[in-house]
Amino acid sequence: MNEAQILDALAGLTLFSDLDRPQLQAVAHTLSEESFPAGQRILRQGFAGSGFFVILEGEVAVRVDGEDVATLGKGDFFGEISLLLGESPVADVVASGSVHALQLAGPDLREFLLAYPVVMYRMLQAVSRRLDRANRRS
Amino acid sequence: MSTQHSTETSPFPAGEYGVVVVGSGPGGLQVSYYLSRLGIDHAVISADPAPGGMFRRFPFFQRLLSWTKPHAGQAHDTREYERYDFNSLVAAEPGNRAVMPGLMDGTSEFPSRAEMEAGMIEFVRRTGLVVRYDTPWQGTSRDGDLYVLHTPAGDYRTRVPVFTVGAAQPRLPDDIPGIEHAAHYADTREPSSYAGKRLFIMGKANSGFELASGLLQWASPIILASPRPAQLSVNLHSLGGVRARYVQPWEDAELGGGVFILDAATERLERHASGIAVHMRRSDDAEPFVAEVDEVIAATGFTAPLLDLPELGLSTFGRSGLPSMTSSYESVSMPAVYFAGTITQGVSGLKKYGIPANSGAVHGHRYNSRLTVDEIAGRFFDIERPRPAVAADEVVERLLTSASAAPELWHQKSYLAHALSRDPDGTIRDEGIVSLAEYVDAAGPDGAAITIETDDRGSIHPAVYVRRRGRVDTDAVLDESPLTDYRTPEHRAQLQALVVDVLG
Repeated sequence: MNEAQILDALAGLTLFSDLDRPQLQAVAHTLSEESFPAGQRILRQGFAGSGFFVILEGEVAVRVDGEDVATLGKGDFFGEISLLLGESPVADVVASGSVHALQLAGPDLREFLLAYPVVMYRMLQAVSRRLDRANRRS
Repeated sequence: MSTQHSTETSPFPAGEYGVVVVGSGPGGLQVSYYLSRLGIDHAVISADPAPGGMFRRFPFFQRLLSWTKPHAGQAHDTREYERYDFNSLVAAEPGNRAVMPGLMDGTSEFPSRAEMEAGMIEFVRRTGLVVRYDTPWQGTSRDGDLYVLHTPAGDYRTRVPVFTVGAAQPRLPDDIPGIEHAAHYADTREPSSYAGKRLFIMGKANSGFELASGLLQWASPIILASPRPAQLSVNLHSLGGVRARYVQPWEDAELGGGVFILDAATERLERHASGIAVHMRRSDDAEPFVAEVDEVIAATGFTAPLLDLPELGLSTFGRSGLPSMTSSYESVSMPAVYFAGTITQGVSGLKKYGIPANSGAVHGHRYNSRLTVDEIAGRFFDIERPRPAVAADEVVERLLTSASAAPELWHQKSYLAHALSRDPDGTIRDEGIVSLAEYVDAAGPDGAAITIETDDRGSIHPAVYVRRRGRVDTDAVLDESPLTDYRTPEHRAQLQALVVDVLG
């Protein structure tokens, strides 16, 4: 992808939709793009040192104790809960096919969210929606 | 080496080969070395007239970033010495090891570019590797399960091409109006030609700081700008940050000596009679501002020159256009197309705490090549990797010796690991050095893998991954050791407790 395509891809993700162009450029330089082959775990249940991920392309399976509980796709993010709680992930996230994702190193999440409160707000909204859905199911 | 082709003045005439390796930099030479050791028929073709790859030209200021310590307390012809020699290619024969220290003039532990280039030439001489030079790969097509690589010398046909073409093709950002007024890093001129010039360097990664360091006594002011704050390697615990060698401009900026390090996006360049106006916008508050300079250099990175492979279906990602690959560096979208050398940095591995592997540098990718060749050997040539038996009472010592001294684990932390496994009949096998991501994510026999890791506090320690019933459920770290030697009674007891049920 060239610079313009990277910025367009970021701007199209709900998480980053409130950022202006210079902020998007800074975000594009802060998160690294990674590629994961099918079957590789991107987040590993019980492992320390994980990161925060935003899916650019492809689908992942969220797997708890070997059982698939959800599928995530483009624009979805994961990894924030364990980082916010300072604990190891409680689920595996496995690449269902080839996956491209943006990665932020775990230790950088706090500073990142404080630097971009509008991203934090969007994240809160998404997490609240997940919580709401879980409450309705239970 | 191939014996079934007629010998001409140039080796490897066009034709069909078991494997075709493209490139004669460190990646290509290391792959050819391992293929040769296994007796696998292959050709090596290179666009260059001699070995060396990017080191025939870079680094620009003629001295490398990574060290080769001649006096490291280990004999040069041992594997253990590789930990202190980041720049030699690796070999199993003692006489072919540690080429670099013998070629350096003793003035610095950082080899000069010319010494590094000489090291590649000397490795080829000692190991007897054969390369067909001046034979550029110009295009690719398919013929059944064969890949056909087109060159001026004719077509090279193979089931298994290995591309080691580096990631050193200049890349300019394409969304900045006026970018044509900038020169790329690769086109930087002789330093004294910048005397008295006002210089703007776009980019704050190592190449930007390298230029600033080399031009400190010539250009003034020197402005470095990019949207993201610069970070130091010693704070990031990785090569991802600005290397210690290039910190001088940073100190200059801190002390107000004429260097400016700015967090800002470059919006456009405009040429005027008196120079170039660089229009920027601050990353923190989006306020615009302008710098008037004489010269603009874009230290904005490089891409891999993959020619027509993307049109043939090669999946790539990111700014550098690296291929999406498996843990053995095979394309995920073009079967049996492999990569080696700096391109292998596209496989990120566990990247714990955000710390990347060192696959973009010789001391990292020289070990990745072994994984690629072993997979090619097993899959296409029925040559299986040896799995020697290990006595149960040797397990702990073997793993702790690796943690203390194995160069693969120290240069590729959290990325390569030493694995032992247990066969169904109870025999314990030494699997050698493996990809850690592959080990923890693919099903396999019970066993354990050990690697070295750095955490977010900078603590370096062994980490152990135990596989039970086909799954690795957790990571376990052993205690730190002040001098990083883990062959102690405490570490033996810790490791024994972790692995006793699978390798006891």
